[in-house]
Amino acid sequence: MDISFGPEQDAFREEVRAFLNENWKAKVEGESRPDRAKRERRLRELAVERGYLYRGVPKAYGGSEQPADALRGEIIREEFARVRAPYENAAGGATQLLGTLLEWGNEEQKLKFVKPTLYGDIAWCQGYSEPNAGSDLASLRTKAELVGDEWVINGQKIWTSGAFKADYIFLLVRTEPGAPKHQGISYLLVDMKQPGITIRPLKQLTGASEFCEVFFDNAKAPADRLVGERGRGWVVSRTTLKHERASMRGLNYQEARFRDLVRLAKETTRDGKPAIEDPAVRQRIAALEGFIAAMRYSAYRQFSMEASGEEPGSFSLMRKLYSSNIAAEMAAIARDLLGDDFLLSPGEAEGKSRLKWAHTYLTSLILAIAGGSSNIQRNIIAERGLGLPRDRIEP
Amino acid sequence: MKFSLTHEQLSIQDAVQDVVKGTLGERGLHEIYDGDREKEAQLWRELGALGVLGAAIPEEHGGLGLGLLDLALISEVLGYTCAPGPFLGHVLSALAIELGGDDKQRAEWLPKLASGEAIAAIALAETDGHWLPEQWTLSGKDKLSGVKNHVVCADQAALFVVGLAGGGFGLVDAKAPGVLIEALEGIDRTRPVFRVSFDNAPLSILPKGAAAAPRVIDAGLALIAADGFGGGRSCVERASEYAKQREQFGQAIANFQGLRHQLANMALDVEPCRGLYWFAAHAWDKEDDGARHAAALAKAHITDRCLQVARDHIEAHGGIGFTWEYDAHIWMKRAMFNFAWLGGVREHRARAADLAAW
Repeated sequence: MDISFGPEQDAFREEVRAFLNENWKAKVEGESRPDRAKRERRLRELAVERGYLYRGVPKAYGGSEQPADALRGEIIREEFARVRAPYENAAGGATQLLGTLLEWGNEEQKLKFVKPTLYGDIAWCQGYSEPNAGSDLASLRTKAELVGDEWVINGQKIWTSGAFKADYIFLLVRTEPGAPKHQGISYLLVDMKQPGITIRPLKQLTGASEFCEVFFDNAKAPADRLVGERGRGWVVSRTTLKHERASMRGLNYQEARFRDLVRLAKETTRDGKPAIEDPAVRQRIAALEGFIAAMRYSAYRQFSMEASGEEPGSFSLMRKLYSSNIAAEMAAIARDLLGDDFLLSPGEAEGKSRLKWAHTYLTSLILAIAGGSSNIQRNIIAERGLGLPRDRIEP
Repeated sequence: MKFSLTHEQLSIQDAVQDVVKGTLGERGLHEIYDGDREKEAQLWRELGALGVLGAAIPEEHGGLGLGLLDLALISEVLGYTCAPGPFLGHVLSALAIELGGDDKQRAEWLPKLASGEAIAAIALAETDGHWLPEQWTLSGKDKLSGVKNHVVCADQAALFVVGLAGGGFGLVDAKAPGVLIEALEGIDRTRPVFRVSFDNAPLSILPKGAAAAPRVIDAGLALIAADGFGGGRSCVERASEYAKQREQFGQAIANFQGLRHQLANMALDVEPCRGLYWFAAHAWDKEDDGARHAAALAKAHITDRCLQVARDHIEAHGGIGFTWEYDAHIWMKRAMFNFAWLGGVREHRARAADLAAW
């Protein structure tokens, strides 16, 4: 057993650090937005040249096409995050889209869409959920009909993050109305800037508007914007980038939040003393740390096994739910530390403000809902982790 | 990075599991719960023959020369199978002698402990839940008087390793005059506990005992955590199997989402504990700066979650789970022992918080 990355990878980490030192500054005084965008683009280009970003994307489509090495991938991610350097574009589901395009897209689609997506020149949004197709996504009803050499699309999508700034949407539509529900779906790339599309932002409970409803009223897409075969969209949409899949991304985030929470407990006073000295607070934070540590070493194990091509075991099915539960407990501990500040609206509080935690109390719910709710995660664990019979409700 | 087990480690686990299951058979644990300890003695001989009792004892003294991680992996299997016997106190005693003893003490005892020919028991607890080196009060130079509680399998021991004032250890021959052993009505009959009273009993001090004691305690915490994880894993498997077999309303109860989600939550409590105990044992082997903290956190977290899962396991069985005849209570009582032995969850969470320097 060895928990270190080893001397060869440590040397690689030094190399990445040196590269970032030389080529990236997190802050430049008085920098305009366009100037910053230019600087970010330049860094991404250099990083692709050096083989640091888009390692799983072929050179022909603008990637750096490196042999899979999950440890190197992880080191690069950690080092870029450490100095807040622009990493791979993940906005609007770009990571997922890239995996799908590379596996199922035709040559023309790959040449047209992959490279601009890598640099954020094309902004995407994901068109999956509908008002009546949430957990039961395959019952979606937005339909597309081939009329001449165009798809004509009618219906509605919902919870579409960033729709108002997206250039294109990757869309699941019903194209074979007579087929069984999973076999009647196709995967379509649709231009968002057209008269047949209406976008209505949804105001979230935080007051912010990040996701939208998208209405399709005879919206159009060229016939060749179908990815994969007609009627195979369900399978196509389940594709993810397998190159260097192992990652500790979610773990680093929770660890950072945990350190923030300990800081909040130190800075909060109770009866004139730091709350962290209260034995009840210490017990509760130590109990939470047990979960964080369990997640850390389970993630190490999963990472280690995936990186060496072994089957990582059932923790990989549990990671999202475990993380959601941790986020909920962190929010609850923070709630108890906030006292009267819990009465105040946090707005979009960020940074080091105490009210950031009231904001976190609200947003920690996102993890338990988005991308497969906690009860859906329990279904997955029961079926695939414990080998219980398949749910009687058709999944 | 290789945070996973070797083929050798996995085969040791398989071998231990085969021996325990083969020895106990279907009803072995129930025989033990009803007072017939023959299979416990037989299991001890089998584990001795397999060599695992000396897994962490150096090869020069007849052991396998492996680490705490290997001992913990064995403990996981013992917890998984609820294996009865003195293993926990025995291997901790051997660690105390190896780390704290002089050459003569090591040469005298370690080979006998490695083979299992002699059984050692570790005597730590005093009144009021005082388990830890800084809390021990018994003292003596070459004679020992005083009382220790919750000594596992003291009735089988040839040797006691006793925690002393100042945080060190001494050895007392179990057959020596002035040693009185009384059975307590322990909750976990797979690991019976005793009160051991010393009245001017001959004592041999371990010269490096004070340096060894914190390491021995941390090792104990990691081993209990591993045992607890094994038990939790077993509870999840058993409850899932039962749900697939038991029928109500004309179908297997595993089809009902309420129960499916309870079982998923149990798995969610248990599975992530695996890496946590691995790390606690691995950090101990590497003498990592975080080893003390990891041991305290692993013991507290795992024994807490896995005791809850042992209760859930009974609940998932309904009435049959509450009977003496069914196995489920044996796992819960093992989890109750793991929760409390070497100090409870509250104590170790408080220690973890102090060690994290918040």
